[in-house]
Amino acid sequence: MAYLELDRVAKQFGAQTVVDDFSLAVGKGEFISFLGPSGCGKTTTLQMIAGFLDPTRGAIRLEDKDLTAIHPAKRGLGIVFQSYALFPHMTAAENVAFGLEMRNVPRADKVERVRAALAMVGLAGFEDRHPRRMSGGQQQRVALARALVIKPSVLLLDEPLSNLDAKLREEMQIELRQIQRTIGTTTILVTHDQNEAMSLSDRIVVMSQGKIEQIGTPQETYEKPASAFVSQFLGKTNDFAGTIDRTITPARLVAGSWSAAAPTGLNGAVTVSIRPERIGFSDDGLSAKIITRIFQGNHWLFQCDSECGPAIVIRQNDGTLQPGEGEAVRLTWRPEDMSLRARAGA
Amino acid sequence: MSAAAEERNARAPWALTAPALMLFVGVLLIPLTMTVMLSFHDWGQYKGIEPVFILKNWKEIATDPYYAEMFWRTFRIAILTTLLTAVLGAPEAYILNRMSGRWKSFFLLVILGPLLISVVARTLGWALLFGGNNGLVNKLLMSLGAIRSPIPFMFTETGMVVALAHVMMPFMVLSVWAALQRLDPQIENAAMSLGAGPITIIRRIIMPQIMPGVLSGAIIVFSLSASAFATPAIIGGRRLKVAATLAYDEFLNTLNWPLGAAVATLLLVALVLIVVGSNALIERRYAEVFR
Repeated sequence: MAYLELDRVAKQFGAQTVVDDFSLAVGKGEFISFLGPSGCGKTTTLQMIAGFLDPTRGAIRLEDKDLTAIHPAKRGLGIVFQSYALFPHMTAAENVAFGLEMRNVPRADKVERVRAALAMVGLAGFEDRHPRRMSGGQQQRVALARALVIKPSVLLLDEPLSNLDAKLREEMQIELRQIQRTIGTTTILVTHDQNEAMSLSDRIVVMSQGKIEQIGTPQETYEKPASAFVSQFLGKTNDFAGTIDRTITPARLVAGSWSAAAPTGLNGAVTVSIRPERIGFSDDGLSAKIITRIFQGNHWLFQCDSECGPAIVIRQNDGTLQPGEGEAVRLTWRPEDMSLRARAGA
Repeated sequence: MSAAAEERNARAPWALTAPALMLFVGVLLIPLTMTVMLSFHDWGQYKGIEPVFILKNWKEIATDPYYAEMFWRTFRIAILTTLLTAVLGAPEAYILNRMSGRWKSFFLLVILGPLLISVVARTLGWALLFGGNNGLVNKLLMSLGAIRSPIPFMFTETGMVVALAHVMMPFMVLSVWAALQRLDPQIENAAMSLGAGPITIIRRIIMPQIMPGVLSGAIIVFSLSASAFATPAIIGGRRLKVAATLAYDEFLNTLNWPLGAAVATLLLVALVLIVVGSNALIERRYAEVFR
């Protein structure tokens, strides 16, 4: 049974529809990411769950209770804001204690829970610091402790790591995942960073222009993108124009000089979508010329000009000799690594 | 860099600030020093000002209870004005800040508009409304039978405080407004998500953060009210004198310049001490919010 359920939720600002027909069932303890470019409606959806915005249509239910009927202050959700929104006039401990005070938690219990929450995020000993005297990462941890100390039914994270530098962000990702696993709080993360979404979540909701493009595990969304938008937004991808020819037997799928046995289903003009790391150099296949070759430590990045347009190839740096710039190559891939979509026009 | 160029660079800041410095020294420092010196000179009805060094004027201010009463009245009016602007201005700024786009700019203009009108005109407006039997409001209320005699306004401290608070309000609103701009736009949502109701949010989250704005507004309003001239002169007239109007009368009516200079100097010193002292206190108290 779904723990948190969004049922055809929509939000309109005037004539503009920001979120449309958003349905999602979140299981207890699940880590879900809303992923999409800015303006795709992911933060609006989060704010509707939090109660800062009311949905125009649809229902939001938590354990089968209508959440939209409950005042935001009574929903008992933990929220970490992009700007952290810490109370600057209070110390770290006072910030964390605020939610407990609102719940009239007895003093001794409160002190102990604040201490435990700050220790959990690795800030033991920082109780009396004011937020402005803390680094961005530390402020982020205080915000997390403040949201978690009230034992929220759902933890909502609104781009919590976007203000941190790359290295700290990676550390916080690992830590966030560990904390979430330990305490098992159902979590929804809003992010525009595909790596963050993939490394943290159980399932990703890819959004574009207010609509859900795909819901799936990180692997599903990456390996089997449901739309051109998903394949392009999650990592790099190559789109080649191909055709399926069913006039001959056995039917063939052809893209330039590359061809394979046609899968069942589609017919005619198709788009062949293939990840750069799944393409290999071979003696036959799509003919291409290497324009640039970039060394990136653990892998090589090739930008090629193929007969089906520009192509990117990533090869592991396994010590073998790689073709150089200007060399003519043949690109090939296993049919099971690609995904096919019907191509409009043509 | 050559030595000559370095020397030129060292002189550049002085050269660039020279015009402003000369203006500062010429129109502020020199007259101020002269005023202070003047307060130690002697004065007589027939002999005029005598450039000698005596403490006569200062002794008179220190011993005559008239001056103590007048200074106490000046600061009492300034304190009450400050309180009134804070109590009305802070909520006003908060409400203004919560308004949506077009209304916000409209009401901001309404609040700032009076700054474009002369203080004299604004104060005379109050006199037209409440001035004795002919005041518009008094006339109306009396004809309606709500009051039997006109509400006393002219030549009262209450009248002065109300008129001054009206004149000073924009300074308080602007100062609190500036503090509100520094607030994290999500801070109220954050408090709400933790279970705080609207009153708790204002009392525990908003108030402590805009307090520095209220206090710096209070310093501006207090010092401007204590040294205000036009409003006390119109509302209080000769009957209810404050430091500024007294100094003016000594200079231009009694022609006792040294005594007027002593009153003006004392007002200046007292204001500087109060402002600097309270500023230091505020900065210490709200160190965390100011950073």
